[in-house]
Amino acid sequence: MKKLESSFKNMVIVLTVVTVIAGALLGYVNQVTAEPIAEANAKALSDAIAVVMPEGYDNNPAEAPDTIKLNGVSYKVYKATKGSEFIGAAVESSANGFGGSLTVLVGFDKDGNIKDYSLLSHAETPGLGSKATDWFKAGNKGNITGMNPGKGELIVSKDGGQIDAITASTITSRAFLNAVNNAYAAYAAQNGQQVDTQTGATPKVEAGTENAEEAETNVEQN
Amino acid sequence: MNNFKVLMNGIVKENPTFVLLLGMCPTLGTTSSAINGMGMGLATMFVLICSNVVISSIKNLIPDMVRIPSFVVVIASFVTLLQMLMQAYVPALYATLGLFIPLIVVNCILLGRAEAFAAKNGPVSSFFDGLGMGLGFTMALTLLGAVRELLGTGKIFNVSVFPEDFGMLIFVLAPGAFLALGYLIAIVNRLKKA
Repeated sequence: MKKLESSFKNMVIVLTVVTVIAGALLGYVNQVTAEPIAEANAKALSDAIAVVMPEGYDNNPAEAPDTIKLNGVSYKVYKATKGSEFIGAAVESSANGFGGSLTVLVGFDKDGNIKDYSLLSHAETPGLGSKATDWFKAGNKGNITGMNPGKGELIVSKDGGQIDAITASTITSRAFLNAVNNAYAAYAAQNGQQVDTQTGATPKVEAGTENAEEAETNVEQN
Repeated sequence: MNNFKVLMNGIVKENPTFVLLLGMCPTLGTTSSAINGMGMGLATMFVLICSNVVISSIKNLIPDMVRIPSFVVVIASFVTLLQMLMQAYVPALYATLGLFIPLIVVNCILLGRAEAFAAKNGPVSSFFDGLGMGLGFTMALTLLGAVRELLGTGKIFNVSVFPEDFGMLIFVLAPGAFLALGYLIAIVNRLKKA
């Protein structure tokens, strides 16, 4: 077959046909995959909730999250109940880490103790900040499970707190704990408890640590 | 040129990463571990084979002056298809590679092979060209990923080889990618001369 000439008419027709076919194909596949994608996302969320939540709940927490607004930021709170008794909640919370936003799902039991957490998304440095996926779990150096941010907010040891930061990733650790503290504030707010929203923020950390932060920026980049 | 020669051409003689130096952005960006490199390579190979076959079959219907936009539409469509299918049916893989999939569109290997090979040859040899180039790319990315993972964290495919404390962190980060790639290219060139 001879090659089509590059006349104006041919070019317009070919480009139109090519884009229409591509568009139709993509539209079709989008429709076919829309449901499995939504299912996969829902499953990922309910799996994460199952990990961080106290055992033995019998409702579907992923179904109807409460949205709590604190200091202009919305938090999603997934409540777990057994029978009709409230046994805990998982809170989705974000903070600005070293490489961008990191989102964490934190599970609390009914007394506000941290049950477990799951890092939903992050953009931290591989091999450094990305260790946050396990670092703060039970049995590891920075273990935060069982702690109650309501009794004293979580702060890295470098800033006078009690949590060991990830080696060479203090900024990620601060951001992570910040997100956990905020999650607790949202948890407490939805529970109707009085909470000083100021403790959710980190004024203490900001004061006088800017130089330290810069120094660490260099370390992380090296 | 027979099909076997076309296939080996992509893997060895004109390896896209070590010889043609095409697609450097995903090569450097996604190879922080062996498994990431392999996933990116396989995803690229899938798109490369599909786009090569389609482009070589419609090459006579495309007027010369609009061939580049047409090729780009074909490539971008396959990338988007791949992204949606992965998201729907292999969400675990999508979670690690999702960020890089859209990058395949701008990978110059695809447009390069469309222009240099698929636009001049039939669908069958274009298929083998896509397969060979894809395998060459996958092997190069896996090798680079393995070297960086080993030197940086002491593991290969997440299996510990030596304690992580002895790892040189720089190899996991961007500068290490350049260093490792440079040495690998030097070694490959030396081996080719021998």
